[in-house]
Amino acid sequence: MTAAPATRTLTMVQAVQDALAQALEHDDSVMLFGEDVGMGGVFRASDGLRERFGAERVFDTPLSEAGIVGMGIGLALAGMRPVAEIQFAGFLYPALEQMGVQLGRYRHRTQGRFSVPMVIRAPYGGGIHSPELHSESPEGLVAALPGIKVVVPSTPADARGLLLSAIADPDPVMFFESIKLYRSARGEVPTGYAPLPLGQARVVRSGHDCTVLCYGGMVEVCLRAAQAAQGAGIEVEVIDLRTLVPLDLDTIGASVQRTGRVVIVHEAARRMGFGAELSAQIAERWLPSLQAPVLRVAGWDAPYPPFTSAEAAYRPDARRVALAIRRVLEF
Amino acid sequence: MTLSTADPRLDGTFCILEADGTPRQPTLLPEDAAALRMYRAMRRTRVFDERALVLQRQGRLGVYPLFGGMEATQVGAVLALNPPHDWLAPTYRGSGTALAYGLPMHKLILTWRGHPDGFRMNPDQHLLPFYTPIANQLPHAAGIALAEQRLAAREGRDPNVVLAFVGDGGTSEGDFHVGLNFAGAYRVPAVFVIENNGWAISTPTQLQSAANTLASRGEGYGIPAVRVDGNDLLAVHHVVQEAVARARRGGGPTLIEAITYRILPHTSSDDPARYHRSEDAVQADHWRRHRDPGQRLRAYLGGHGLWTDDLEQQLVAEVEAELRDALAQADAAPGIEPWELLEHVFETPTPDLLEQQSELRALHEEGGRP
Repeated sequence: MTAAPATRTLTMVQAVQDALAQALEHDDSVMLFGEDVGMGGVFRASDGLRERFGAERVFDTPLSEAGIVGMGIGLALAGMRPVAEIQFAGFLYPALEQMGVQLGRYRHRTQGRFSVPMVIRAPYGGGIHSPELHSESPEGLVAALPGIKVVVPSTPADARGLLLSAIADPDPVMFFESIKLYRSARGEVPTGYAPLPLGQARVVRSGHDCTVLCYGGMVEVCLRAAQAAQGAGIEVEVIDLRTLVPLDLDTIGASVQRTGRVVIVHEAARRMGFGAELSAQIAERWLPSLQAPVLRVAGWDAPYPPFTSAEAAYRPDARRVALAIRRVLEF
Repeated sequence: MTLSTADPRLDGTFCILEADGTPRQPTLLPEDAAALRMYRAMRRTRVFDERALVLQRQGRLGVYPLFGGMEATQVGAVLALNPPHDWLAPTYRGSGTALAYGLPMHKLILTWRGHPDGFRMNPDQHLLPFYTPIANQLPHAAGIALAEQRLAAREGRDPNVVLAFVGDGGTSEGDFHVGLNFAGAYRVPAVFVIENNGWAISTPTQLQSAANTLASRGEGYGIPAVRVDGNDLLAVHHVVQEAVARARRGGGPTLIEAITYRILPHTSSDDPARYHRSEDAVQADHWRRHRDPGQRLRAYLGGHGLWTDDLEQQLVAEVEAELRDALAQADAAPGIEPWELLEHVFETPTPDLLEQQSELRALHEEGGRP
């Protein structure tokens, strides 16, 4: 008799699918739904789950994001663990009213009588030449709403472990999955029910010259920039935030106080992006440690361009990150 | 100028008692004890509503949304439920629904004082909180009903039913359509009641839609719909009871349009004289004087020797005593410290919330002085 292997190699979307299966197995109040979720989802994140767990628990919805989130809130109020899929993060806008005025407020409004332990998953970000509104990064919008946690994994192992925690969490969690990483990221993931705690950033690479803060699809981009910088003798510390709400200020603070130089990288437009919050937090807390202005490398303050026309110019790449690193070091 | 008692808004509506209390459908009359019980429940809510306005004027309640004149719809519908198992999703104008469901009166007072305890509903009751964004709870009602449907199937029992209210103005919101469409698509055990009181603050119902009736929207979602005289408690109770029974046996949702009238201002802060045309004022006065839901049922009960002026005075005195006790209980509720507003954002507060709470607390403990 041989022991089951402790890990196996999966892509990001396979890791998500594995987490969903684990959660359905682990807790019979978990329900999966969304547009085309029953047949496996447009990215195959729920592939085979309806066949395995039944149409009562894995099912399609009418085409309405407000309805998917609104109905999910009701399921949660009645004791279920709803896991909703929004087909693309750019389609979240019709659901924002339910998220802003209901999802994140039920616990507070009723002083703990009702809570909404619901997860909303959505593929986000660009890099695959999609049509308009298929490459959005609205994580900052959601992070601005009280009462909702926000998670953005960057590896298959993190996607799996953090999604299990999100589904088990007593509060609403918005879970953004990088479209670019769905099939391009592969990695070792554990087997069995193995959640990873929310609210803990990960130091992906240590360095003493400069701190780069990033998450989701930008982590691999920042790592490439850090490798390039290493060639020039610069040691960059890359921190994957993993969860934006709650934010791991301890890990960020330790790094910023050591390096004194910070670059923040995200795909969302720069103005009012999550980088603005990070930059403000850093200035409020650790200004005396800073040796250069905090720089942001982000999408431009214009809509994300469709298809291939200008995507490479919009989405931050390693060269732009490397330039920002050089600017903070030469300040 | 006089209006006919046959208001065109009421054309084709279901009713059991005429406006003067004469039975139109004698075979549908409830037993005497049930009629008396329902009358008492309805009068209790109206006395509360009248006293609430006085309390607001005395500065003992915040802005209060009045429902007086609509109590037959609110109470008649809710009395068809089986609390605390069945669910109620009230509107902000639903104080009468919540009282009829079983929300303690002192909690209702705390609610309209903005005291957080008012919204901490009893954990043993399936009563959703009042809420301001219009129609938002209809998709929730569909979701709750879907959960009840699945739980009931798993456990081999009848499902609990969800009763959700919305106003005539609320039928223009996206969430009205979303909620009904999901409820119809999944054939869930839910009942939706439109309280058509003629007004969305200052906007009359005929400006909400070109549809002839609001009930006609049901057809578009595959949901049977019925129009009922909303000031006839027996009629409202009858149609909601039928809808609840159908939902419970797996027959899916029902849409009910109850025709009533907002004879009072939108809230304690509103003055309809600013937007009522002269014919609106006449219509409101007509509903106030000739279509009052309490007078209608009382006329029927009195005509059958079931109710007297003495019993009426006794009932009002009972409710006023209940209200005095409720006020005393509400007045005794502990005050709220400002930093408590940072509680209940998440089950376990995140580090930044704890930090902000300390910051706020320090500001107040220093007396707010720099």
